[in-house]
Amino acid sequence: MSKISGTVAIVGVGESDEMGVVPGKSALQHHAEAAYNALEDAGLTKDDVDGLFTARYSPLTTAEYMGIRPKYSDGTWIGGGSFEGHVFHAMAAINAGFCEVALITHGQSGRSSRIPALIDDQGFAHGTVSDSPDPNQPPLQYEQPYGLIGPPISYAFACTRYMHEFGEERTRSALAEIAVSTRKWALKNEKALMKKPMSFDDYHNSRWIAWPFHLLDCCLVTDAGGAVVVTSTDRARDLKKSPIRVLGAAESHYHGMISQMPDYTTLAAKETGKRAMNMAGVSHDDIDLTMVYDAFTYSAMLSLEDLGFCGKGEAPDFLQDQRTAPGGDFPLNTNGGGLSYTHTGMYGIFLMIEAVRQLRGECGERQVDNCQISLVNGLGGIMSSANTLVLGNHE
Amino acid sequence: MAEYYKPIPVPQPESEYYWKMAKDEELWLRHCNSCEKIYFYPRDICPGCYSRDTNWVRSTGKGILHTFSIVYRAPHPAFKDDVPYVVALVELEGGARIPTNLIEVEVTPEKIKVGMPVEVVFDRLTEDITLPKFRPVQVSPL
Repeated sequence: MSKISGTVAIVGVGESDEMGVVPGKSALQHHAEAAYNALEDAGLTKDDVDGLFTARYSPLTTAEYMGIRPKYSDGTWIGGGSFEGHVFHAMAAINAGFCEVALITHGQSGRSSRIPALIDDQGFAHGTVSDSPDPNQPPLQYEQPYGLIGPPISYAFACTRYMHEFGEERTRSALAEIAVSTRKWALKNEKALMKKPMSFDDYHNSRWIAWPFHLLDCCLVTDAGGAVVVTSTDRARDLKKSPIRVLGAAESHYHGMISQMPDYTTLAAKETGKRAMNMAGVSHDDIDLTMVYDAFTYSAMLSLEDLGFCGKGEAPDFLQDQRTAPGGDFPLNTNGGGLSYTHTGMYGIFLMIEAVRQLRGECGERQVDNCQISLVNGLGGIMSSANTLVLGNHE
Repeated sequence: MAEYYKPIPVPQPESEYYWKMAKDEELWLRHCNSCEKIYFYPRDICPGCYSRDTNWVRSTGKGILHTFSIVYRAPHPAFKDDVPYVVALVELEGGARIPTNLIEVEVTPEKIKVGMPVEVVFDRLTEDITLPKFRPVQVSPL
């Protein structure tokens, strides 16, 4: 165990007041509501905040909107898993004494944005081609002219390679297990967008988006916000809720656009999982709850392999018989995931919110028994970045 | 010619030669004289060993299909008339991987296989821009 392990804790979490399809609120409103709710959850106020962390939205605008003047500001944007990275960065900043209360905020109107030209996480224009940003960006020269645009096609492109190496039918069965089990968890979460059960037939019969992906391999697109408050473990002891300590954290990224991914069956989580678990001094058997970024069924199954829960090519065996569903022996994505709960575009903040609630024992019908340690794996970009955290509720 | 709404590459300082040669229906790649790596996309400094001693080499235009996806839901209205179409990654002789479209093929997973041999063909978009695309290697009848 590293000596930095456990020195900071998550003390507040919150979502925006409304989530899902919320055309009446802007992204900044989602940021602010989530931040308000997370600070209230912690028993802190805006004036306690001296570190501000956000992704994609400018920290300038976000801080201005909420009336915050940070001593430490971090706008690291490496995709939807940036927020797990912010916890890693906050751990460093708090230990260095640069700030004491770090507020990490996210808000996005992925579903209802009124921006005519949607710019996605990679800076690709989806609305009008002529509004494309800097043509010096490699995707604009080398991928977009071919219609290789956006996450569903790009992740599907990677999944085809896994099917080639490890078998199409085996892979398909794993994707289906994830889609179906994740929906079962969503039905236990009143905040989840998806309210109806999903059968295996529903999965296999859903329309093609980009082969090999069916519609039900792909995450939702929603409007929501989420926020997390981090402070030193010393300060955390006096706050409203019992602190959830950050036992391990690690970060990496390998590429920007999908055609530059070094190996389509390996994520950077292969390194970050090991580093975060080494920092925490825990092994796989110690993990009670696993939260992985399920932008697509494929990214969830691949994360389990690269985090070391099973070997390369073994996820289809590991996932058999709904073992990740409620009642199974490997609880996974218990909020219902990006696939069935919410996915604004940058979903990573919501992984941590659920892990913290599970570790506090606040999850009611979907509560994981005796949940003491959770592994959270943020993924970002086009399978580009990995930010892994190990969280625990022990003093 | 009907109006073309899809993204058209805008050559950049490091890629001007690439696009100029594509217009002449030749595929040229960067090669590192230090580590001997041939790489895509064009960059003056080798992304493998960081050497500045790099040059251009002509590709045979032959390779194998490394991975692909068949697009059914257009990612942008400009591609709506093209679906289903194939986005592909070709591993060229020499090792560089290039994103492209696989064309002149029946668009179904039964007919498109990772590992199949493919060859470059050129699709002229505008006066200045020609896109390298790929098709299955044509076997000449005996």
